[in-house]
Amino acid sequence: MAAFSDDPPTGQYKLSLYAETRAGDPWPMFRHRLEEFLQHPVELDTRANHAILLAEIDPNAIKKWLRNTAPDIHLLAIGRHMTVYKDVGRPTEVSSRYALESLQGSHLVGHTRMATESAVTPERAHPFTAGTDFCLVHNGSLSNPYSVRRKLEAEGIEFATDNDTEAACRFLEWRLREGDSLEDAIEQSFSALDGFFTFLMGTAEQLALVRDPFACKPAVVAETSDYVAIASEFHALAHLPGIQHAHIFEPAPEEIYVWNV
Amino acid sequence: MERLTFDLHASSVREINQFLHQAVPEPGADLVTIEHPDGAHNLAVGLNAPWQVRIGGHVGYYAAGMNQEATITIAGNAGTGLAENMMSGRVHVRGFASNSAGASAHGGLLVIDGDAGLRCGISLKGADIVVGGSVGSFSAFMAQAGRMVICGNAGDALGDSLYEAVIYLRGKVASLGADAQEEKMQEADYEAVETLLRAAGSDYRHHDPRQFRRIASARKLYHWNADARHSY
Repeated sequence: MAAFSDDPPTGQYKLSLYAETRAGDPWPMFRHRLEEFLQHPVELDTRANHAILLAEIDPNAIKKWLRNTAPDIHLLAIGRHMTVYKDVGRPTEVSSRYALESLQGSHLVGHTRMATESAVTPERAHPFTAGTDFCLVHNGSLSNPYSVRRKLEAEGIEFATDNDTEAACRFLEWRLREGDSLEDAIEQSFSALDGFFTFLMGTAEQLALVRDPFACKPAVVAETSDYVAIASEFHALAHLPGIQHAHIFEPAPEEIYVWNV
Repeated sequence: MERLTFDLHASSVREINQFLHQAVPEPGADLVTIEHPDGAHNLAVGLNAPWQVRIGGHVGYYAAGMNQEATITIAGNAGTGLAENMMSGRVHVRGFASNSAGASAHGGLLVIDGDAGLRCGISLKGADIVVGGSVGSFSAFMAQAGRMVICGNAGDALGDSLYEAVIYLRGKVASLGADAQEEKMQEADYEAVETLLRAAGSDYRHHDPRQFRRIASARKLYHWNADARHSY
């Protein structure tokens, strides 16, 4: 689950961290080492294996330090607005482990992965993230993730996993970083990505939904004057307030749907 | 046989379907109402008796699948595989239907007031389908028998690899599929459209059969043509 909040403290980044260990609380020791490195106190919001580090620091410096000194701590996401919680387990268990019902913000992007293409680990859970404040969830399977990956690696882009969805996520974020609008980036992905997919993407300001030309993977949207809710099927939306008056539709294949925050 | 109204907040899909798998006890005791479907899958599947089933909301996948004899009305939208493999009876959705509505249906009438998704009527084997809105791409793919009346538009590859099913289209088509061709409407076609529109209900009365075009198989794929092997 990725949550986007609308008022980031000036200059500060939120780093979503995941600790591999399940033996004891890894965070006090981590905080001690990080504060030693940074030479000042840090704010760490911890929930079980996850911690959100809020700091006015260069995320790349932290990334490098983590890689060299704390290989069991994974950096899942970097954002000024976005925080990410993801783990392995039953959705209800994961949800209560991280108190996901307490997340607040303007928009949320989440997905339960049924693994087909790579191992079941927290890093390979959804959402996938790339760059700053960009996340993507994917229902489906890509058939050319490795050629996309090789192309992106030639651009100097690093991958964290061997998962097909990560290729789509990094491709789209690369296009955004190159100056494309979200719509243009998605338009490019239609020719670059082969396979079947329903993608839901989040940025600090936008939420975007798209399906492949064959619409193999389902999606349904409910719009009211208060919210937009997107799911694979209506069953997941049936409990929402005012759903009986919502405008409900199925997104058409290869059409780009964007909502602005 | 006393319960003729079910609420899915209180009953399971299995309980409802098992009830509906019984024979209708007596004429006049055939109306069953299902409240709060909330997108449940497999509702009113495999019916084999002339029940009148009214579902008061949105349904999930495969609603009214394999229907025989029953008349099933869905007040909301339907998920993938609505009325797939229907044998007889009538299924009417007031909202939209997702992909593969009426797939391989052998008989009966399927009416979709809203739009239908992709692959509507795929491998149709004899049923009639009337769609008030538009249909998605690959509709009537390999349809073998039966009729489709589309009051709106059609997506790409309409009627690809058609056999003997006939499509009547009122709006525009993005593209016709391989071997599908537009043919001149004959008097029998106008009568067929009129009959089907009437059967679909009063909401369809305002359509004029003369606005529909006939799309059927050119039958060029029926036999191997060695001289045109490059075109397969």
